Formats: sequence, C-alpha cells, structure tokens
Amino acid sequence: MTEKVLMKGNEALAEAAIRAGCRFFFGYPITPQTELAAYMAKRMGKEGGVYLQAESEIAAINMVYGAAGAGKRAMTSSSSPGISLKGEGISYMAGADLPGVIINVQRGGPGLGGIQPSQSDYFQATRATGHGDFHLIVLAPSTVQEMTDYVFRAFDLADEYRTPVMILADGMLGQMMEPVVLPEPKTEFPEKPWAVTGHKGQRSHNIVNSLHLQPERLEETNIERYERYARIKATEQLAEEYLVEDADIVVVAFGASSRIARSAVNKAREKGIKAGLIRPITLWPFPEDVISAAADRAKAFLTVEMNMGQMVDDVRLAVCGRKPVEFYGRAGGIIPTPAETLAAIERLAESLEGGAR
Amino acid sequence: MSKVVFERPHALTDLQFTYCPGCTHGITHRLVAETLDELGIEGTTVGVAPVGCSVLAYEFFACDMVQAAHGRAPAVATGLKRALPENVVFTYQGDGDLASIGMAETVHAATRGEKITIIFINNAIYGMTGGQLAPTSLPNQVTQTSPFGRNVDNDGFPIRVVEMLSTLDGVALAQRVTMDSPKNVRAAKRAIKKAFEYQIEGAGFTIIEVVSTCPTNWGLSPVDAMQWLRDKMLPYYPLGVYKDIKADGFANVAEAAAARAAELAAGSAAPAEGGEA
Ligand code: SF4
Repeated sequence: MTEKVLMKGNEALAEAAIRAGCRFFFGYPITPQTELAAYMAKRMGKEGGVYLQAESEIAAINMVYGAAGAGKRAMTSSSSPGISLKGEGISYMAGADLPGVIINVQRGGPGLGGIQPSQSDYFQATRATGHGDFHLIVLAPSTVQEMTDYVFRAFDLADEYRTPVMILADGMLGQMMEPVVLPEPKTEFPEKPWAVTGHKGQRSHNIVNSLHLQPERLEETNIERYERYARIKATEQLAEEYLVEDADIVVVAFGASSRIARSAVNKAREKGIKAGLIRPITLWPFPEDVISAAADRAKAFLTVEMNMGQMVDDVRLAVCGRKPVEFYGRAGGIIPTPAETLAAIERLAESLEGGAR
Repeated sequence: MSKVVFERPHALTDLQFTYCPGCTHGITHRLVAETLDELGIEGTTVGVAPVGCSVLAYEFFACDMVQAAHGRAPAVATGLKRALPENVVFTYQGDGDLASIGMAETVHAATRGEKITIIFINNAIYGMTGGQLAPTSLPNQVTQTSPFGRNVDNDGFPIRVVEMLSTLDGVALAQRVTMDSPKNVRAAKRAIKKAFEYQIEGAGFTIIEVVSTCPTNWGLSPVDAMQWLRDKMLPYYPLGVYKDIKADGFANVAEAAAARAAELAAGSAAPAEGGEA
C-alpha cells in the first residue's frame, strides 16, 4: 500500500483520477499532456469506464458536462490553448453547478505560443476561465506525488461544493518522473439527488441548467454560489510555509517555480539572507491569510513565476501595501534558474539594506 | 361518463408553451412527448435542450432535462449516453444551433454512431434572436441579415442536413418530415417514434429533420407561413427517408458499415442511398 512506484507526472495524474472513481475521460490531443490521454485510453476500458477522444476541446468539455450531469465523476485534460476553448463549457458547468475536474498542463502563450512549460494561465485559471461571475477551485501541484494527491482530492472537492475544479500543472511537472505512493481506490461516493438519471416515475424531473431569464432569479443563483465560495475561502485555503517564521524576505511561488524558489531560498540562507518560501497550493481560493500574516513580520516579498507576473497581483492584494512586493519571472517556456532567482533575492535584500524602509 | 378523447401527453409538463401562434414547435413537442408516453420511457429518458426558441424545452418535457450551450447538445448527449447507456437520450435543436455553431458536434456524434436521437427543427431562420440568416435559409430569402435576399455568392448555399449526414456510417436513421397536414403530422409521428425505437434497439445515431414554420420572423400569418413552407421549403428540402439501415436489412450501424465497406472494396458500391437498395 505504501509502496513507491516511479511515474511520469501526467501518468500519475491519470492513475490517481481513476483511483478517485473517475470513469469518464474526454480529451483531445495537445502537447504536453498527451501521456495522460494515452494512459487513460489504455486503462479506462479495463476499469469499465469510457475513454473518448472528442472532435474538439469544446466537445470534450461538453461531454464532461453531460457525464457530470448524469452524476458521474468525469474529467478532461488539455494544455493552455485547449483550455481557452474549454472556457465556454467550464462557465456552463459553473452555472449549472456541475462537479468535474479539468487538468491544465500549461505551456507558454499567448496564441499558439510554444510547447515548453509555463505558468502563464494563472489569470485564466483564477480570474476568468470563462464568461460570467464564477470561480473554480484551482490546485497547483509541485511534485509528481502532489499531482497524484491533488487530483484525488479534486474530485471530492468538486462533489462537495458542486463546482468544477482545475489542476494547474505545467509541462515540466507533466513530463518529470518521480517516485509516488498511489492512493487506495475510492469506493464510497456521495449521493447526487440532483443528477439527471431518468426520474423513473419517482420524482419530478431534474433539470441541469444555467439559464435564468428573470434577473432576480439569476442574481439569487449568483449570490448562492458566492456564499459557497465564501465557505470555500474560509475552509480550503492551502499553502506550504518553508522557513517563513524569521524570514525578512518571503518568496512566493507555486508549482514548478516553487521548486526553484526553494533551492534559491536555501542558497540565500547559506549567504546569510533570511529568506523563506510560501507556496500557494490552492491558487483559488488564494491563501491570503498566510500571506497577510507573513506581511506583519517580513520586510519584503518576491514572487517567482514562469510568466510575466500574474500571481504577484494576488500577493499584492493580500499584502495590501504594507510591504514591498517584487516580481521575478521568465516567460516563453523558460524555467528560471536557481542562480538567477537567488540574484533576484539578493537584489531585493540589498535594496532593503539601502535604507528604503 | 364522458370519454377522454384528447389530453396532454404525460411527458409534457402543464406549463404553457412560449411559442408563437402558427409555430410548429408545439406540434413537434407533442409528438416527442406522445412517443415517450407510448414507449413508456419518460422515466428513463434524458432530453437536451438547445439555445434558440426551444431553449425552454427543459421546462416543457417532463423527463429529466439538460440545457446545453449553443450547438453543443450532441456532445452533451454523448456524455450523457456514455454515462447512462441504459437510458434514452435525445436532443432537440434548431438550425442555427445544429447546422451552424454546432455542426462539428453534430457530424461527429453522427459518425461515431452515438445511440442518441436528434430532433432537428429546420425553419430556415434564427427565431429567438429575431430572424437572421440561418445555414438553412433559402437562396434569395430575405432575413434581417440578408436584407436583399440570401446572395449565395456572398452567403454560400443552404445545407441539406439529413442528406449530408446520411453519408456517414454511424447513422442508422435520417429522415425529413414536416407538419403541414394531418397526414404529414402522422408520418412525422411515425418517424420520431421509429427513431426512438432504433435508439432503444441500439441501432445507431438517429436524426429526424422537421421542416418547420416561423411565421413571426418570416413575416407571415400562420396560414400563409404553412403555404410558404409548402411552396418554398419542401422543394429545396424534400421529405423522405435518406437512410434507414433496418429497412436495408441491418440490425445496427456496425453491420451496415461493414457491408458498405465490403461493397466499396469490391468496387461495386450501390449508386444511391435510401431505403430501397
Ligand atoms: S420566433 Fe419563430 S421559431 Fe421561434 S417560437 Fe416564434 S414562430 Fe416559432
């Protein structure tokens, strides 16, 4: 049970989803998440599930909408440009309060961009995946083990809060191999009395729907959903803190870039700079409580991302002007090196010594 | 004791339809509901409503219902049917929904042979948005967005949907019907019922195209609209069975497709599609 196996991130994601009870996978080929679909194609049939390669990303997410509407655990996976296409369906899922899991193994953008790892869909995942007032729960793994654990958890969160959940990974995590402990297959699942399964003459008809022509009714559904979001914010914020306690400089990084940030923090400590790391695990809800608490003690923040600066906005909101918040990042599919990240920490440390505050 | 000679089908809720006078959506809803009643499948059916005038179909049908994004009903129906293979799944879609924004979903659900039934309303116009050019608007037809008539040089040609879909191996039944006379309504009813029966038997993908009226956006009275349908639409969209694999002697699309492939390989493909081969 606690035996470790060596797996690729994308395959670990797929296996953990199956063990979480996902029996419906709808996808469309796109680099760099292909291994996930290939793994599903091999395994799903053996589990009595359905693997179906859809005609488009749009169709794939709508098949998830259908299977989720029928009360089943369903999932789709893609990479950045494909997620843009799924945006419509994700909005409809949010509007119809359907659970489901969406994997984004990010690559650089905008447009066709490139195929190297990136974190440039942070805004899309946490702000506006599709039209309308809604949020997704967004989980950001940083190891293959976390790919496994978070996708397993994602299905439970989706069912509990009746919301789509996104795993925001990237090409680096998808492709890397690490030892993992796989979860035991889940055998008990929550009831879904709202699902469309045929009323069998025993109840009035269930309707899966996001249309409310009466403004008052539509507003009501929005308010109800935001009450749920408030509960999610209160209970589901998750972040890892590393050497934050006495840190002058708190580095904030998620996913793949947090791995680099961690070694840069270690190197900074060796050089006598009191650096620490906060690694947001839930990107939505953003772990603002942890950041806000750190802002009471730390002297400055540095967010490290594989993009032009996106999560830094959320850090600034949480810090709320109390301390300086700087950004260091590389885009285009380039992974920042520990050395250049360390240099960014050092620059920030020097500027603080320079008597800025 | 009085005898009931006419009543609302059980598979329709008691809500008032929102359709205009003279619109054939109402009759078509009724025929689908009668079919659910007669086959005893209301309790095992899940319907998918489109975006368009019939968006509120989810309130009118008493079976479980899903509202889908514009054009995506066949993909949603695919997810439903794969999740609920023992249930009956149908979509109800207009021409903008099915033949324009949702054409990819339609063609691929058909070619996969998804065991679903599509009721396709072709009234040659976008109804709910107020009468714009549809993929099925006729050449020279005046609409809000073709004010000088559909110019095929600019706007292209209308799509004959069931003819096109009948070329795909996944399709078990593709038939065009209309609602302009009691005789044709009865024929439409038989076709719709057959489509659901084929689905239940696992034959393959089934689609019934209903040549329909939109008096409101055609700018005609209900009676004149029916005449316009006969004079203009039926010549362009002839009624008939375009594919019926059971009439051709096959139990399902897999058998029919294998026979067709063998014929093609032998270089002796039958020249025409349609029931009589
Ligand atoms: S606008 Fe046309 S299609 Fe829509 S309900 Fe009225 S008559 Fe029917």
